[in-house]
Amino acid sequence: MKYVDAFRDPAASRAVVSELASLAGKLRESGIRPAIMEVCGTHTMAIARNGIRDVLPPEVSLISGPGCPVCVTEPGYIDAAILAATRATVFTFGDMLNVPGSEDSLATARAAGADVHPCYSPSAALDFARANPARETVFLAIGFETTIAPVAALAAAAENGLPNFSMLTALKLVPPALAALVSDPAVHIDAFLCPAHVSAIIGSDAYAPFAGPGGRPCVIAGFEPLDILYGIRCILAQLADGQAFVENEYARVVKPEGNVKAQNLISRYMEPYDAAWRGIGVIPASGLRLRKQYGAMDAESRFGIRVEPGTPPTGCRCGDVLKGILNPPGCPLFDGRCTPENPVGPCMVSSEGACAAWHSYRRIAPAGKDA
Amino acid sequence: MRGMALVQAHCARREGRLKEHGQILLAHGGGGRMSRSLIEAEIAPRFGKGPLKGFPDAASLPDPDGPLVFTTDSFVVQPLEFPGGDIGKLAVHGTVNDICVCGGKPLWLSVGLILEEGLNISLLRRILDSLAAAADECGVTVVTGDTKVVARGQCDGLYINTSGIGRALPGFSLGPEMIRPGDAVLASGPLGDHGMAVLCAREAVLSGTGPMSDTGPVHRLVAAAADMAGAVRFMRDPTRGGVAAVVNEAVHGTPCGVALDEQNIPVSPATRSAAELLGLDILHVASEGRILLFCAPEACDPILTAWKAIPEGRNACRMGTVTADAGSVLLNTLAGGRRLVDMPQGELLPRIC
Repeated sequence: MKYVDAFRDPAASRAVVSELASLAGKLRESGIRPAIMEVCGTHTMAIARNGIRDVLPPEVSLISGPGCPVCVTEPGYIDAAILAATRATVFTFGDMLNVPGSEDSLATARAAGADVHPCYSPSAALDFARANPARETVFLAIGFETTIAPVAALAAAAENGLPNFSMLTALKLVPPALAALVSDPAVHIDAFLCPAHVSAIIGSDAYAPFAGPGGRPCVIAGFEPLDILYGIRCILAQLADGQAFVENEYARVVKPEGNVKAQNLISRYMEPYDAAWRGIGVIPASGLRLRKQYGAMDAESRFGIRVEPGTPPTGCRCGDVLKGILNPPGCPLFDGRCTPENPVGPCMVSSEGACAAWHSYRRIAPAGKDA
Repeated sequence: MRGMALVQAHCARREGRLKEHGQILLAHGGGGRMSRSLIEAEIAPRFGKGPLKGFPDAASLPDPDGPLVFTTDSFVVQPLEFPGGDIGKLAVHGTVNDICVCGGKPLWLSVGLILEEGLNISLLRRILDSLAAAADECGVTVVTGDTKVVARGQCDGLYINTSGIGRALPGFSLGPEMIRPGDAVLASGPLGDHGMAVLCAREAVLSGTGPMSDTGPVHRLVAAAADMAGAVRFMRDPTRGGVAAVVNEAVHGTPCGVALDEQNIPVSPATRSAAELLGLDILHVASEGRILLFCAPEACDPILTAWKAIPEGRNACRMGTVTADAGSVLLNTLAGGRRLVDMPQGELLPRIC
C-alpha cells in the first residue's frame, strides 16, 4: 500500500492545487471557465470521496459523464434479468440489485423468491455453474471495456464443457459515447478527463479522434487523488496554451495501443451493435454482444428472452445527468422522491452514479458553490 | 410391532449415522433422548457449572447490588468460521461489547442455538469451544441457554442469539446528549478488519493474505478509560455500518457535528488493500473489537496513554473532533478537501455478524 500512499500525499496535493490556482488565473484572463467531463463513474466517485471539488479553483467545474455501466443500462434489461431469474440462478454485480426496472428490481424479485446472487467477481458464476451442472446459471454481464475483457475470458472458459452457463449482456463502449456527446449541441464540454482502467484496455490512441485541432484536451488519469488533481492540471495547462491533445497521466498502466491481448480476446467472442443507452438513446456501434456462433452462451437466445427498452420512470432526469447537461441537484426528484434508499433512477443506485456520489459525499458547500 | 421395529431400526441407523458422520439431526432438537445426549455431550462439559448446573429451566442469579445493563443480539454470520474468529466468539464479543460501551461490566450471558439439520458436529464443537473460551476471557458466565434444530434449508448452518446482563460501572454518565463541541473522537484500534475479513472469506478474495477479523472484547479498554469516566461522553462499538453510522447517529439531533481527519483514521494494511480492491469505504465497514470514544479534550491524552498500555489498544489514536456544526459529519481528506461522511445504505456486506 506504500505505492498507493505516494498518490495520496497531502504535501504533493497542496503543490498541485497551487498550480491549479495559477493556471485558473491565466484562464480567467482569457475569459475561460473550463467545464471538464470526468467520463468514468469511478472517477466520479473518487472525486466525491476525496473532496476534490473542494480544492479546485471556483471557475473550474467538473461534470459527470456517462461512464457508469449501471446508470446507462435500460430498464428493459432489468426486466429481462428478472425473467431470466425465474428460469436460472442469476449472478450479478451488487450495484444492479436495486436498479428499478419497468416495475420491479432484482432485489424485490429476490425477496419474492427469484434466485439472484450478488457477486464481486464474474468467476463466482462460473464456479457455481461448474459445481451445479444441472442448474442453468446466468451472469448479468454489464460494463465497459474494463469489464468486457473478463467477460470475454468467461466466454472462453465456458465455451467448452459448461453447457449450463450463459450471459445476459449489456456491454458498452466508451469512445462511441464520447462521439455522441461531442456531436450533441446541448452538451458543452471543454475537455475530457478520460477513464483509467477502460484506457488500459483500449489504449490512449483511442482518444485521438476527440483531440487535435477543433477538438478537446483528453487527459487519461488514474483514480488516486493526486492522479485526478494532476490530470486536471494537465487539462488546464492545455487550455491555457490553446492546445488539445491526448495526454496520458496514467502511463504506469495505460499504453498507447492498450491491451492488445484483451482486445483480441474481446473481438474473438464479441461483435459491435447499435446499443441503447438509458436516458441517451441508441448510439451506433456503441455496444458489444456475443457473436452468433456463441448463441448457446447468450441468455437471450437460450431462454427466448428479448431485452426491450422498457419504461423509464417519469420525471427522472438521469439521461441529462449522464450527458452532463444537468447536475444531480437540478433534477426535480433528487433527494426528494429519489434517494439511495428509494431510488427512482439508476444514477442514484450505482456506487458509481453521479446522483449517489452527490448525495453521499457532497461537501456541505457554502451557498453558490457546487450546487 | 413389526412397524415399530422398523421405525426403531431406522432411528438406530440415524443415531449410528450421527456417530459415524457426526451430523446434527432433527431429532437432536426434539426434546427427547437425542436432545438430552447432545446437551450432555456438548453443552454440559463447557457451560454446566454455576447456575447452569443441573440445567434448570431458568437461572437463579445473585443480587448484583446496583443498576443493571441488559442487551441482546443475534448472530447469523457466513461463513461460520472466518480469518480471526468464528460465530461462537463473535456471539460473546457482540453482546459483551454492547454492555461495555454502555459503561457496564458484563456478568451473565444466555446462549440460544438454532442448528440446521446436517450441521457437522465437529464444527459445532469448535464453535462451542471458541464461545466458551471467549466467555472465560471476558469474565462472563453462560447461565442459561436453549438449543433448537430446524430442517435442512431453514437456517444456514447455525444461528446464535446471546443476551447479556452487566452491572453499571460507577462514574460513567454516557449518552449522545453529553457530547460537546471541542470533544475528542478516539478509536481504540484499526477499523474495519472484521467486515473486510468476512467479506474476503465469502468472496475468496486475498485468501491466506487477507485481513483478519478484530473480533474481541473491549472490557479492558473500558476499564482502562474508567479513571477518566467523568470526562467520557459517549462510547460505541462501530459494528454494522462502521464509523460512519456510529458518528452520524451520535450527533443526529444534537447541536454538534464531527470532523474526522482521513490522515488519522487507523486502518491495517491488509484491510486497506482489501477495501481498495473491492471499492469499499472503510468508514462503512464493521469492526467487532473496537471502541469509538467521545471525551472532553483534556481526557484525550490520558485515555490514549491508558489504552496504548494494553494490547488491544496499542494502535489507538485520535481521529476527529466534535464541531458546533449541527448534525454534519465531515472528513478532511488527504487531498486537502472536505466531504460528507454519509450513513451507509442498504446491503453493503451481507451477513457479517
